[in-house]
Amino acid sequence: MSLSTLTKPWEAMSYGFLDGSAKRELRRKILKSVAVPGCQMPYASREVPMARGWGTGGLQVSLTLVNPQTRVKVIDQGADDSVNAASIRRFIARVAGTPTTMDTLEADLIQSRHRIPEEILREDQVLVLQVPNPEPLRSVQPNMSIARQMHADADYGRMWLQLYEQIVRSGRVMQGASYPSLVHGRHVMTPSPIPRWDVPKLHMAKHLTILSAGREKRIFAVPPYTRVEPLVFSDVPYKIEEHGALTCTRSGTKGFFMNEIPQDDGSSAFEVSDSEWGVKTIRANDREAETRGETWYKDGEMPQ
Amino acid sequence: MTLMLEAPRIVETRPLLDVKGVSKSYGHVQAVRNVSAHAHPGEVIGIVGESGSGKSTLLRMMNLEEIPDEGSYTLDLPDVSGNLFKLDRFARRMLCATKIGIVYQNPHLGLLMKHSSSGNVAERLLVAGERSFATLRQAATDALNASEFPLDRLDAPPIELSGGMQQRVQLAKAIALEPALLLLDEPTTGLDVSVQALVLDTLKRLQQDRQITMVIVSHDLGVIRTLADRVMVMRRGEVVETGLADQIFQDPQHPYTQQLVHAKL
Ligand SMILES: Nc1ncnc2c1ncn2[C@@H]1O[C@H](COP(=O)(O)OP(=O)(O)OP(=O)(O)O)[C@@H](O)[C@H]1O
Ligand SMILES: [Mg+2]
Repeated sequence: MSLSTLTKPWEAMSYGFLDGSAKRELRRKILKSVAVPGCQMPYASREVPMARGWGTGGLQVSLTLVNPQTRVKVIDQGADDSVNAASIRRFIARVAGTPTTMDTLEADLIQSRHRIPEEILREDQVLVLQVPNPEPLRSVQPNMSIARQMHADADYGRMWLQLYEQIVRSGRVMQGASYPSLVHGRHVMTPSPIPRWDVPKLHMAKHLTILSAGREKRIFAVPPYTRVEPLVFSDVPYKIEEHGALTCTRSGTKGFFMNEIPQDDGSSAFEVSDSEWGVKTIRANDREAETRGETWYKDGEMPQ
Repeated sequence: MTLMLEAPRIVETRPLLDVKGVSKSYGHVQAVRNVSAHAHPGEVIGIVGESGSGKSTLLRMMNLEEIPDEGSYTLDLPDVSGNLFKLDRFARRMLCATKIGIVYQNPHLGLLMKHSSSGNVAERLLVAGERSFATLRQAATDALNASEFPLDRLDAPPIELSGGMQQRVQLAKAIALEPALLLLDEPTTGLDVSVQALVLDTLKRLQQDRQITMVIVSHDLGVIRTLADRVMVMRRGEVVETGLADQIFQDPQHPYTQQLVHAKL
């Protein structure tokens, strides 16, 4: 027996770019974060060939979870075809040999920045969200070790005070994206900068959501069928963006989250933010086969 | 053997606050040495003493912000038992928020300067779990009103308020949850005499209306004389004399107290 029979042949890099120990570290921290929903777990964030702040946290989770059969979808602000989404998708496919897709229904793993797709995700799908600032308490407590104690004590009075102040000053809650939410009745998390429109999709969702911040080295998760409740006063209801009545100028779809496109004459046109939903709608309009799945929002409203 | 005459027993109630034998040092500085204090429900205890005698340190321990090296602390309240210095951080925080109110000498310690005044008061209720905006607003307004804060400045941040108004916001915050114990650390120091008198009036009225047990620290004997039922005189971390307010002011026993009282008169 020679030494070469005991070792693997030479490779330019490990499968999925990250080496075995990096993946083991990530898997352990993912398991921990699933075990304590909404609680931020520190992890050893590795270098990937991408600048911090461009989704390195999400990418590391995706690279850890994929196998050659995993069908991967990557979106940035709802679009599959933006430069950032396209490069991440291509990178994952190249280093892990995974098939890719733009269809939400076909995807096994969806990495996303700032949006959750409009079609309902299933039990067998995983959503990976890229997180720039994982600490919801940062705006009220700049000292991170005290913030940690506050999480441990579920001491969230200051978060509510922030909402109180916004209502007093502006007559309404000003928090737009990253709306702080209570997970499983215990930990307050920031759901990454998704719009308020998307937060209710996380509540009792069938799929697993993993949120990862590469620069801040924190990972947290919302396991399937877990309560996610935006922080609101009992007498001031949670408000989503008023997009329910808007129509997409390209596809004609109505009742979904829109991107506002300023026009030369000063008015605005709207385009559906979930680009693949727009594409599917156009195909359906052209009487190609109907491929649209069931959506979270129906007629611009989220059924209770 | 000296013969001890037992004083007639008038007070039948147990003390609400009972601090026994607390000592605290910071490095080589012994800030408080073997101090005991108690207060009956509704009673106002005044603490006087020179600068650095450990008054503020004692008060911080009563607010459970500081844990002494030795000693015990009990409050005779429903659902509260045992030595409070032994409570964990979480239990301590809940107890402080719901049962104890404090007004600091320096408003920067007690207030969020850039939040609204009503928000500062509402925070107390938020910590205690109140989640209705209308209730928070009403309770904050009521508490500010009770401490005679001008209600047209309800949402002004304390940083834009005068010293006297800042103390009123602190006071409103302290009484918002109707605490059993109110701790006041030099509540009128740094205010001019007329404002001082107004704040004292407010405190006196609160005391009469609500029968809150108070511990008030001041090196102004006038303040103590106006408010306190009983007085403790501290010097270099120790209590040198305690007694009824009238007794201390009219017939001081300890040379240091005599000096203090005469300096004032
Ligand atoms: N956090 C601390 N660290 C170190 N020393 C302290 C601390 N707090 C208090 N001390 C010391 O303990 C002693 C008592 O201080 P304390 O603030 O209790 O006095 P005080 O009676 O309130 O004085 P004043 O009337 O000036 O407010 C002082 O010598 C002070 O320097
Ligand atoms: Mg002091």
